[in-house]
Amino acid sequence: MSLTAKDKAAVTALWAKVSGKADEIGHDALSRMLAVYPQTKTYFSHWKDLSPGSAPVRKHGKTVMGGVGEAVSKIDDLTAGLLNLSELHAFQLRVDPANFKILSHNILVVLAILFPIDFTPEAHVAMDKFLSALSLALAE
Amino acid sequence: MVVWTDQERAFIQDIFSKLNYEDAGPELYCRVLIVYPWTQRYFGGFGNLYSAEAIKSNPMVAAHGIVVLHGLDKAMKNMDDITVLKGLEKALKNMDNIKNTFTALSELHSEKLQVDPGNFQLLGDCLTVVLARRMTTDFTPDIQAAWQKFLSVVISALTRQYY
Repeated sequence: MSLTAKDKAAVTALWAKVSGKADEIGHDALSRMLAVYPQTKTYFSHWKDLSPGSAPVRKHGKTVMGGVGEAVSKIDDLTAGLLNLSELHAFQLRVDPANFKILSHNILVVLAILFPIDFTPEAHVAMDKFLSALSLALAE
Repeated sequence: MVVWTDQERAFIQDIFSKLNYEDAGPELYCRVLIVYPWTQRYFGGFGNLYSAEAIKSNPMVAAHGIVVLHGLDKAMKNMDDITVLKGLEKALKNMDNIKNTFTALSELHSEKLQVDPGNFQLLGDCLTVVLARRMTTDFTPDIQAAWQKFLSVVISALTRQYY
């Protein structure tokens, strides 16, 4: 499943509207992932505090959304553009790729919460495809 | 055996009490058919599904979304009643006996409708997004956790009669 020109335009347009709240989106999505899918906590056992609002969750949410923003800018070639991040997640962090899907779902939920009007079905499908493509690039 | 805390029950009942089926039902199915277009194969009898605009204005799509939500709601309202009813509403009303309540529905989906069970998860994810849009910040992480647990129990019950 590859991104059409229409998908890319929709993602870029949505990102322009939401990127101002990137930190908040990242923090909320991560909080939800840890609350709704407690098995993901195993990756963060080195953090003192895993609750919503804690410093490590906020900081990491910001880092993750920074990655998403980078991916938007490299939307025409995610595999090449995200090579370093892919190696990090695969070899250093050793994240089971199934977890990318979980986090992607929570990013979509947060976008729906914060931007109910802008998150139309068209924006939803484009973003869903983009995050899937991003996850695939990270898993390679 | 699924165990529900009082808080989880309260969260789920609260979500349904605030949900406008006539409004959310159509949006749910629109999103499913637009975001996961391969699901359109199950709705050949629904007429024009060729574009997002067509899907959004298709009355059969809208009606089906409402049917599914009533299914969930009935489950909640008949917690002690294992009589077979329709859809997701049933699960809500039968939260303590979702597995048995959904026996007939599971057979319907597997034998008659022949729906690939992976689609139940897709529908669940879309419904979560629809709820999130409506409830916005009221849809807290704890409420989302209870909701997704409820959905996974419903999905598991629906998948049980597949072989």
